[in-house]
Amino acid sequence: MLEDIGIIFIASALINNFVFSRYLGLCIFFGVTKKMETAIGMSITFTSVMVISAALSWLVYHIIMIPLNLGFLKIVIFIGIVSGFVQAADTIMKKVTPGLYYKLGIYLALIVTNCIILAVPLINASEKYDFLQSLTLGLGSGAGFSLALVIMASIRERLELADVPKSFEGLPISFVLTGLIALAFLGFSGMIPL
Amino acid sequence: MNEKTNYWKIFKNGLFSENPVFRLALSLCPAVAVTGGVKNGFLMGVAVLFVQTMSNITVSIIRNFIHPRVRIPSYIFIIAAWVTVTDLMMAAYARDVYKEMGLYIQLIVAFAIILSRLESFASKKNVLPSGVDGLGMGVGFLIALVLIGFVRELMGKGALWGYQFTPTKPLLIMILPTGGFFVMGLLMGLFNWINRRFFGGKASTDVHMEAHRHGSH
Repeated sequence: MLEDIGIIFIASALINNFVFSRYLGLCIFFGVTKKMETAIGMSITFTSVMVISAALSWLVYHIIMIPLNLGFLKIVIFIGIVSGFVQAADTIMKKVTPGLYYKLGIYLALIVTNCIILAVPLINASEKYDFLQSLTLGLGSGAGFSLALVIMASIRERLELADVPKSFEGLPISFVLTGLIALAFLGFSGMIPL
Repeated sequence: MNEKTNYWKIFKNGLFSENPVFRLALSLCPAVAVTGGVKNGFLMGVAVLFVQTMSNITVSIIRNFIHPRVRIPSYIFIIAAWVTVTDLMMAAYARDVYKEMGLYIQLIVAFAIILSRLESFASKKNVLPSGVDGLGMGVGFLIALVLIGFVRELMGKGALWGYQFTPTKPLLIMILPTGGFFVMGLLMGLFNWINRRFFGGKASTDVHMEAHRHGSH
């Protein structure tokens, strides 16, 4: 049981890292990694939203949708849950913890229609994970995404000083860099014999 | 808008000057994820083309009934409905491909490009121009995916659309995740270079930034 949880965590954080081997969340990945500070803010917000939305959608999926045979509506319902939750978090944070809101609130707005957040419940549903496994997948994916953001942000801060060909400035060179990091992450694929 | 709307111009806009992948740099995830081969790229492009056109038309028809304050959630649900249709159709008629990229088909719902076209075009225009805009954007997306898939499959497997040309696999790395990022970066650089060298235009990053500033993300 515990071993199972460990495997899911490592697999979702390193081996099937969302950015480097599942290629999800690239818009955010390239958008917020110009500065370390924003990358860290984004990581915290993303990980918490991921875990909570994984839990919420697991509950709705198993308590309401499966008994009523509504499995085919999962895309519509999951995106409703995620955007509803993010909107609620936005409003509650503004009232309860204004300090935290001014630090992390801008990232919340960016999250609503992001593929990673939606991917977690969808993967949970298709792999038929139980509640604890679903939470672990959310946490692991969040950790993996945070790791990717921090690595990329630290490289891009150095890249500011480098002399890049004019046509490759900005996004193109970032893509090539991501390719190199993905190559390194390929090394993790041997960690767990499947 | 005057009587004679230039449909060709609207259509062409999505192909070149605002190509979703290379110029606006939106919806990058699928552009890297499903382009290991031409066939997958093509089918993904068709799926996006369908969803974009249909949601553009739907939003354009009911745009006067949606209250501005709830417009974004309404758009998301319209997109989600059309994605569900596509998802079920793919699952029924293209089983083998669906197994490989089912997750990415379902995630079309979160593509920035679709929502941004609904917000910036379909919510203001009539049905016909909206449909044409959707077609143009979809075809632009399709071409980009097929182009990346072409380079990756040819170099990685020595094959095209599943047909083997060469006895060996020349550059296996091209069909791994790494290769996707490399090809994408190099093609983007190439487009920038062509654009600056022959048309004296702006780099795609500038266009990208402008698109974000207009609140299209």
